[in-house]
Amino acid sequence: MNRARIVFWVVLVALLLALPPVAAALQQPFYLDLVRKVMIFAIAAASLNLILGYGGMVSFGHAAYLGIGGYAVGILAFYGIFNGWLQWGVAIGASALVALAIGAVSIRTSGIYFIMITLAFTQMLYYLGISLEEYGGDDGMRIKARSDFSGLIDLGDPAAFYYLTLALMLACLYLVHRLSNSRFGMVLRAAKSNEPRSRAIGFSPYAYRLAAFVIAGAMCGLAGALFVNHTAFLTPEFMHWTRSGEIMFMVILGGMASTAGPLLGALALLVVETLLAGWTEHWQVVLGPLLVLSVLFFRRGLAGLIPGAKDG
Amino acid sequence: MTLGLFLEQLLNGVQFGVMLFLMAAGLTLVFGIMNLVNLAHGSLYMMGAYFTVAAVNWTGYYVAGVLLGLAATLLLGMLVEVVTLRTLYERDHLDQVLATFGLILFFNELVAILWGRTALDLARPEWLQGHIDLFASSRYPLYRAVIIGVGLAVAACLWYVVTRTRLGMLVRAGASNRTMVAALGVNIRLLYTFVFGFGAALAGLAGIMAGPIYAVQPGMGELILIQVFVVIVIGGIGSIRGSFVGALIVGIVDTLGRAFLKPLLGTVLSPSYADAAGPALASMLIYLLMALVLALRPEGLFPSRGS
Repeated sequence: MNRARIVFWVVLVALLLALPPVAAALQQPFYLDLVRKVMIFAIAAASLNLILGYGGMVSFGHAAYLGIGGYAVGILAFYGIFNGWLQWGVAIGASALVALAIGAVSIRTSGIYFIMITLAFTQMLYYLGISLEEYGGDDGMRIKARSDFSGLIDLGDPAAFYYLTLALMLACLYLVHRLSNSRFGMVLRAAKSNEPRSRAIGFSPYAYRLAAFVIAGAMCGLAGALFVNHTAFLTPEFMHWTRSGEIMFMVILGGMASTAGPLLGALALLVVETLLAGWTEHWQVVLGPLLVLSVLFFRRGLAGLIPGAKDG
Repeated sequence: MTLGLFLEQLLNGVQFGVMLFLMAAGLTLVFGIMNLVNLAHGSLYMMGAYFTVAAVNWTGYYVAGVLLGLAATLLLGMLVEVVTLRTLYERDHLDQVLATFGLILFFNELVAILWGRTALDLARPEWLQGHIDLFASSRYPLYRAVIIGVGLAVAACLWYVVTRTRLGMLVRAGASNRTMVAALGVNIRLLYTFVFGFGAALAGLAGIMAGPIYAVQPGMGELILIQVFVVIVIGGIGSIRGSFVGALIVGIVDTLGRAFLKPLLGTVLSPSYADAAGPALASMLIYLLMALVLALRPEGLFPSRGS
């Protein structure tokens, strides 16, 4: 890691650490809320970056795991089980299992089929969520209490929840960074850039891709568990296909296959959304063309602007 | 379950199937020929319905409104192609998905601004309101029967144009080697714009026919779009024949599942379980079917030759 990048990360983490006291001093809890949401989506985007940026798997259904994580926490809370370790463990485990099932079928295909299939499976789960009348169906349901970590940390305290999210996000970004530079990540990247050659030197990509898909699903399940605690409200909208599109845009805006990209992308997209939404009710009519323009003309992503950013 | 009820639901399935086919044909043509993934295809379906509502209110005549709506959707499709999509042909699928995703947000919100978020009513004219007699005491709504007829007629025309005419020959040639066709003096960019507009008009036609049955509202295009993806995955992308078969399978399976799965489950499970599991399973049925087809034939039922 060169110096410019170290400076970038130190400044970034310092800013994020300093936000809660600053927001409290300015009496603007809104910013704490916004940045916490940004960091939760940064985890989701980082997990997608692992399979999309490094693995070349264009999953248009990543919101599925956000939903599975959310529903795991929400359903356990519905039955009065608030133990955070159990809730989050189930969220991560269930997301990994669903990712294993979806991945096992989807990874057999590639290209445009893969995009459509991941989208279709997510839509299937979305309809399943709608048809679960007991857990709120279409309208969603309020979560009676946040996950309980028996005195260790209180998620009801906005600052404590914020710092927990920050720690988890940094851990996830680091994990994806390490994974992508490990032997496992190298095989994944090799299969992305040239599948026949990676086969020729003796690696069958399927198992590696599936493993990455499951890891990404589990990590996004964690983001889902965080997100449902953030909103304290569970709805099938967690899995709406536009949500998948948003997560994908965060990865692309931030810069594919870069460590900081998911965070920068989540920050950029959510801040622009919030600004536009404050300006007009019809903010999507502005956001849509902005996204089209960014695809047409801004191809390197925000991470490409970081001093000392490496190539690729 | 009586035979009459079953037949009626089967026809409903065919009717839904031909509408899916109109959407899938445009999408698969554009993909097969320009290698473009167009998520905004559902937006064109929606715009077709809205244009027609506006045109019917303006002219006061149903047929005139439908024709104006179709023409407007065709022009809109060509405009979208020239302004944004043309630059995307050489890009990878990821960029195409993202850019057309942006277009969806734009169109959904544009419609909400122009016509509001509440669902509009596109009334069917009086002469399409009757029923036709099937047999014995079964009757079927004339409007749905007309949809089936129009859909089958379009399918036949499409097959004829693509396989039997000079235009279809150029289109197929452009799909297999763009540079070569351009070198032979064909204006391939114009041809692409025309094909895209034609696909848009097919989507618009589906939207127009869907109007009186389903709600005309922002976001209506995406509901059907994702089912169209299932059709294309099952049928095999780039193949019009595959879209036709896939669309009928998906239409019939989905409709029959929604109609009969709950009572069928009721015979094996307790009523409360059947009430809960029936609708959930019915809405997941086509996706499970898709997974099954993929497990057996990853390229779909009718894989297109070449590329």
